[in-house]
Amino acid sequence: MFNRDRWKEILEVLTSNWFRTLLTAFGVFWGILILIILLSAGKGLENGIKQDFNGVATNTMFMWTQSTTMAYQGLPEGRSFNFKLEDVDLIRQKVPELKIISPRNSLRSASGVDNVIYGTESGSYRIFGDYPEIIMQNPMYVAKGRFINHNDIKEKRKVVVIGDGIRKDLYEDDEEVLGTYLKISGVNFMVVGTYKEKTSNGGNQDSERQIYAPFTSFSQAFNRADNVGWMALTAKDGKSISTLTDKIISTVKQSRKVHPDDERAIGFFDLFKQYNRVETLFSAMRWIAIIVGTLVLISGVIGISNIMLIVVKERTKEIGIRRALGENPWSIKKQILMESIFLTIISGMMGIIIGSLFIYGINTLLDSVGPVDMFMNPSVGIGVVTLALVILIVSGLLAGFIPAQSAIKVRPIDALRTE
Amino acid sequence: MGSNSLHVLKGINFSCESGELVAIMGSSGSGKSTLLNILGMLDEADSGEYTLDSVPIKNLTETKAAQYRNKFLGFVFQSFNLINYKSAMENVALPLYYQRVPRKERQEKAIEYLDRVGLKEWATHLPSELSGGQKQRVAIARAMAAEPKVLLADEPTGALDSKTSYEVMDLIQKINDEGNTILVVTHEPDIAEMCKRVIHLKDGVIVEDKKVEQVRAAQYVQ
Repeated sequence: MFNRDRWKEILEVLTSNWFRTLLTAFGVFWGILILIILLSAGKGLENGIKQDFNGVATNTMFMWTQSTTMAYQGLPEGRSFNFKLEDVDLIRQKVPELKIISPRNSLRSASGVDNVIYGTESGSYRIFGDYPEIIMQNPMYVAKGRFINHNDIKEKRKVVVIGDGIRKDLYEDDEEVLGTYLKISGVNFMVVGTYKEKTSNGGNQDSERQIYAPFTSFSQAFNRADNVGWMALTAKDGKSISTLTDKIISTVKQSRKVHPDDERAIGFFDLFKQYNRVETLFSAMRWIAIIVGTLVLISGVIGISNIMLIVVKERTKEIGIRRALGENPWSIKKQILMESIFLTIISGMMGIIIGSLFIYGINTLLDSVGPVDMFMNPSVGIGVVTLALVILIVSGLLAGFIPAQSAIKVRPIDALRTE
Repeated sequence: MGSNSLHVLKGINFSCESGELVAIMGSSGSGKSTLLNILGMLDEADSGEYTLDSVPIKNLTETKAAQYRNKFLGFVFQSFNLINYKSAMENVALPLYYQRVPRKERQEKAIEYLDRVGLKEWATHLPSELSGGQKQRVAIARAMAAEPKVLLADEPTGALDSKTSYEVMDLIQKINDEGNTILVVTHEPDIAEMCKRVIHLKDGVIVEDKKVEQVRAAQYVQ
C-alpha cells in the first residue's frame, strides 16, 4: 500500500490531465459539501427549536381537572372537582415508575390589579404554591439565596423565591433582596432567593416574573385547604411518561369518583409526546439531508467512475505492455482502485474542509449579529464526518471497480494491438 | 474472437536449444506473429503442447502467465512499447519492479543494462526525447533486465531505417553471443541472415527450417 513507486504513479496519472482531474474531483467535492451543509443546517434548526426545551424535564406530563361529563356513583354530570393532596400519595403508591410528582396551586391577580407590593413599588404577578422538586421540572436555576425546601413545607414558612424580572421591577439595582418582605394579596412573605431562566433567548421575559412559595404555606395563606390545582408528573429515567398516563389518570378518576369512561373530566398534556414529535420531525429532516446529499454524492462518484473508465481506455496499451512484462492482473486492478479511492478521498476531504469552514463562517456571523429565532449553532458531529469518510472510501472503491475490472478483462495481446 | 474459429497455425513442430538465435520468417498472414504470441504466453494455442525450460505451459491463469512471462521471457516489440511517462531507467526497471526487487537494486541494475546498450547517459530521459533506435535499445535493455530464458523480438527493426536496424541487430547478436536464446520475427531477408537459424512459415506451416551462416551486423556499423 505505502509503496513509493505506486504512489508516484498515481500522482503521475492524476496530474497528467489537471483540468480533467479537477472537474472530476469537483463532483465528489460538491456532493460532500452539500451533504455537510444540509446536515448542519438541519442541526442548526434543531438546536434552535430544542433551545426552547432546554432544562425542561421533557419526560413530563401535566394534569388538571375539568368538569365531569358523565354521572357516576350518584354524582351528577357537569360537576366541578379538585385533586386533593391525598391523590398525590395515592399516585405515588400506584405508579412507582414516577420520579417526581409536583402538586401545584397558583394565584393570579384579577386583571390589571397589582397583587404584589414592596414598599412603594407594586406589580401584578403570578404566584405558585410548590414543592421543592419543581425546580427539576422547570428550566430555572437559583441566582441568589436558596430555593424553597422541605422544611419550608413542613413548617409552613411564609417565604418566597422571586424571579429576577421581579427583582428588576420592584427593587433598586444595588438593593439587597434577600430578607425583604413582599405583601402578596395581603399576606407578608419573606424573600429567600431569586431565580433565573436557564434559557436566555428573549421573548420569555414573563417566565422570570413569577413567585414560588411553599405549597403548604400557600394553601394556608390563600385558603386552598387540601386542594391541588394541577400536577406536574415526571417519569423515572428510562421510562416513558406516555406509557404511564393511562394508569395515572385512571387512579385519580377512581379516587375522585369520576366515571372511568369520562374522557373530558381530567385534562392532561403530555410534554414527552410533543417533544417526541419534534424529535421525529428532526430525524425526518436528517434523513432527507442524508438522502439528498448522498444522491448528489453518487453523481460525483459516477463521474469518477466515468473518468476512470476513460483513463483505463487511454492506458489500454500501457496496461498491455505492463502485463507482457509480467505485472500480475491484481496489481493492475489495485493500481486503478487506488487511483480512484485517492481521487475520491482527496476531493471528499476538500469538501469536508470547505464545508467546515462554511459552518464556521455561519457561526461567526450568527455570533456577531446576535441570536436568530429558531436557528442556532449549526454543526455536524464527528460521527457524521467519519461516516462521510467511510462512504467516500466505499464509493471510491465502487467507482474504481468497474474500470479496474475492464482494465484486466482485455487480454494483453489485444491491449498491445491497440494503436 | 468471433464464433467462427480461424486456424492460423496448422501443425507447427519445432524445438529450440538454449543459446540459439532463430529468425522466424514469412509473409504477412503466415502466422509468425501468432506463433510468437503463443511462445510469449500472450496467446494460447487451441491444441498442442508447449514446453519451456521443461515446464509445460498449459491452462495458465492470468496471474500465473504474468509470473512466467516475468521470469522466463523478455519482449521486444516493433513499436518499442515503452511507457511514455516513465524515464528510460524507469522503463528498464519495470520488470524488476514486478519481481519485487528493492528499489535501490532495481535502479542500479537498470543503469547497468542501459550502459550495456550504450544509453547510460540517457537514463533520465523520457522515451519522447529518444530516437527510434535508442528507444529500441531501451526496450531491449528492458527485456534483458529480468534476465529471461528467452528473448522474443517481434519485428524489432520494422520501424527503423537500415542503419539503425543493423545497430539493433548488432546488439541482439552480442546478447546472443553471451549465451541468451533469442527468437526474432521478421520479414526482411537481410535481418534473417544475421541469425543462426531461419524458420520459414507459409500459411501456418513450416516450409523450411535451416541453419545459416551468420552475417555479422557489426561490419555494417561504423
